[in-house]
Amino acid sequence: MAENPTPDATRPGHALELRGVSKTYGTTHALRAVDLDAAWGRVLVLFGHNGAGKSTLLRVAAALVKPTAGSVTTAGFDADGNAGRVRAATGYAGHGSLLYDDLTPEENLRFYARLHGVPDPKERAAEVLRDVGAERWAHRRVRGLSNGMQKRVAIARALLHRPALLLLDEPDSGLDVQGQAFVDTVVRAVADGGGAVVFSAHDPARGLASADDFAVLRGGRIAAHGETGSTTPDEIAALLSAPAEAA
Amino acid sequence: MTTADPSPTTGGAGAWRLGLLLVAGVLVLIDMYLIFGYAPTERSMGIVQRLFYFHVPVILTSFLSFALAAVGSVLYLVRRNRAWDRLAYASAEVGVVFFTSAIITGAVWAKPVWNTWWVWDANGTLTFVLWLIFIGYLMVRAYAPDAERGRRWSAVTAIIGAATVPFVYMAADWWGGLHPERVTGPGAQGSLEREMLLTLLFSFVTFIVLFAALIAERYALRSDEDAIEELRLAAA
Amino acid sequence: MRETLRAALTIYAKDVRLELRTRETLFSVLAFALVVAFIFTFAFEPSPQLIASIGPGIVWVAYIFTAVLGMNRTFLLEHERGTLDGLRLAPVPREALYLGKLLSVVTLLVTVEALMLPAFLVLYDLSLFNVWFIAIAVAATVGIAAVGTLFSAIAVHTRAREVLLPILFLPVALPLLIGAVTGSREALDGEGWSGMGGWLQLIVAFDIVFLVLSSLVFEYVLEE
Repeated sequence: MAENPTPDATRPGHALELRGVSKTYGTTHALRAVDLDAAWGRVLVLFGHNGAGKSTLLRVAAALVKPTAGSVTTAGFDADGNAGRVRAATGYAGHGSLLYDDLTPEENLRFYARLHGVPDPKERAAEVLRDVGAERWAHRRVRGLSNGMQKRVAIARALLHRPALLLLDEPDSGLDVQGQAFVDTVVRAVADGGGAVVFSAHDPARGLASADDFAVLRGGRIAAHGETGSTTPDEIAALLSAPAEAA
Repeated sequence: MTTADPSPTTGGAGAWRLGLLLVAGVLVLIDMYLIFGYAPTERSMGIVQRLFYFHVPVILTSFLSFALAAVGSVLYLVRRNRAWDRLAYASAEVGVVFFTSAIITGAVWAKPVWNTWWVWDANGTLTFVLWLIFIGYLMVRAYAPDAERGRRWSAVTAIIGAATVPFVYMAADWWGGLHPERVTGPGAQGSLEREMLLTLLFSFVTFIVLFAALIAERYALRSDEDAIEELRLAAA
Repeated sequence: MRETLRAALTIYAKDVRLELRTRETLFSVLAFALVVAFIFTFAFEPSPQLIASIGPGIVWVAYIFTAVLGMNRTFLLEHERGTLDGLRLAPVPREALYLGKLLSVVTLLVTVEALMLPAFLVLYDLSLFNVWFIAIAVAATVGIAAVGTLFSAIAVHTRAREVLLPILFLPVALPLLIGAVTGSREALDGEGWSGMGGWLQLIVAFDIVFLVLSSLVFEYVLEE
């Protein structure tokens, strides 16, 4: 677990491979037989309405949720039986900040760095805080930080252990233009370093601009996917607003 | 009753279950006759002693239901086969009914005989604890955010419950040993008359068959429910 | 194994730091324990003879209800802000998460129990400053936390969490309660090891069985 997977664009296989992945909660489908790949060195954006399965897909990829059926290979590890390795290779930031309100960003990051077995937690925490531009707030309680700043620290948390695959669930939400630019920088840095990023987005134009590949989820299925150059924001918007049966 | 029943439990299995229920029904009738018509009235305890023929076999089958639920739960967690969960769930449902009857018959019997509603010896305490654990088992399923977690959490509840059995037994036994007025169970009443023993043995068989029939019914119902859930999933 | 322990201690240190900063849980749980102990004063009209026989019962009923409240809070705090996901994302064995929370619960409960000792002295003239009583109390608290930490991880995700934890926890913890009450009475009667040794052994055996079993099944509780 202590190994820190160094992002490497030449590594074989995909950063993320979903094969026939389904997840059901009672009698509702969150994901239905999803096949999806995310390539090393590239950024994949997921579009879809609320409830389309974006969050579930990201949580499955992060080994937070066990799929009902299908296989998930994350950073070369089959999630079934290698959950620890998958967790070490992925960084995940979801809707909640996963931060403790009454600790400072620095304490939060030091705690998570230690939990992830990062060699020098204190040093690393300071480093990522600098990277996300939050060092000025490092020693105030999270409770008192603005939403945007919490979001930055939450992303810093996901980057602590230098994950090969970064998973971000709607990183743009609640961020101003400056914050969105920051997310773009982080995402690009991970991909350029040979890693891979999968993130979900609401706004087609923003999402396409930041990514190399896209996939559209509807009712738990992949309705469309391809390279971002092969589509337009209007096409994505049309796909999203089309009646469900047409998918 | 619809003509086209898609459930997988009809046909041969359904007939088999119906047969088991009928056998259980006949056995119950014969058992009633033996208890009230054949077995002699016990001298010191009187008519209430006849409850003994219900109470003891019901307690035994209650414990059996808990053992089944625990085994089913372990196998479900290890194998992730829903059939084991259905067995555990059916055992818990039938078990709650049997434990409740055991507690009621025990109380009605104990009151006139020992002038107390419940005897807190090892068996009495264990009966109560397992009844409560089964109630917890069913509540976990009812309140879980989704059925999948309900199945896993209730299995954990049954396993933890099973692990506490020897501790409850020992603790209650030692604790009871500190109370000199403690009464011993019915086994200490001296040797049973031949007719009494026969009736008791027959009661054991009756309740075990009845228990099996009820488990089979609930298991089949759960199978149907799982099948319906799958159909609804496929249609959704 | 070493890694499990390291991760558990990391979580534990985080909980201690959080609690020292907010002091929310300790004080609310302690206040509850005081109220329970106080209410009993009027339920029984305690005389010295009565306290000699039911004193340990009062102490343990107060302790165990307090434990239910405290354990419910421990996971609730992780659940409310979703930080439980943060723990689940860590590449450490699931047992480590269980052990870390268990250590926090034991520390919280032992602290509250210790702070309650003067209260029992004042309210009931019941002196619990006795080595054997303390041994029983610590051992029983480990058992309480072993079962309670597991069940509160289940209860926190349900709609009926306040009710579900005691319903699941109390029946399983009954042997602990019996052992703690009876063993404490023997200890306070000055019986020493000959009187309460058997009870202490029963409690320690309970602790070991449920620590091992709970860490094994904890992964099934956390899985989504």
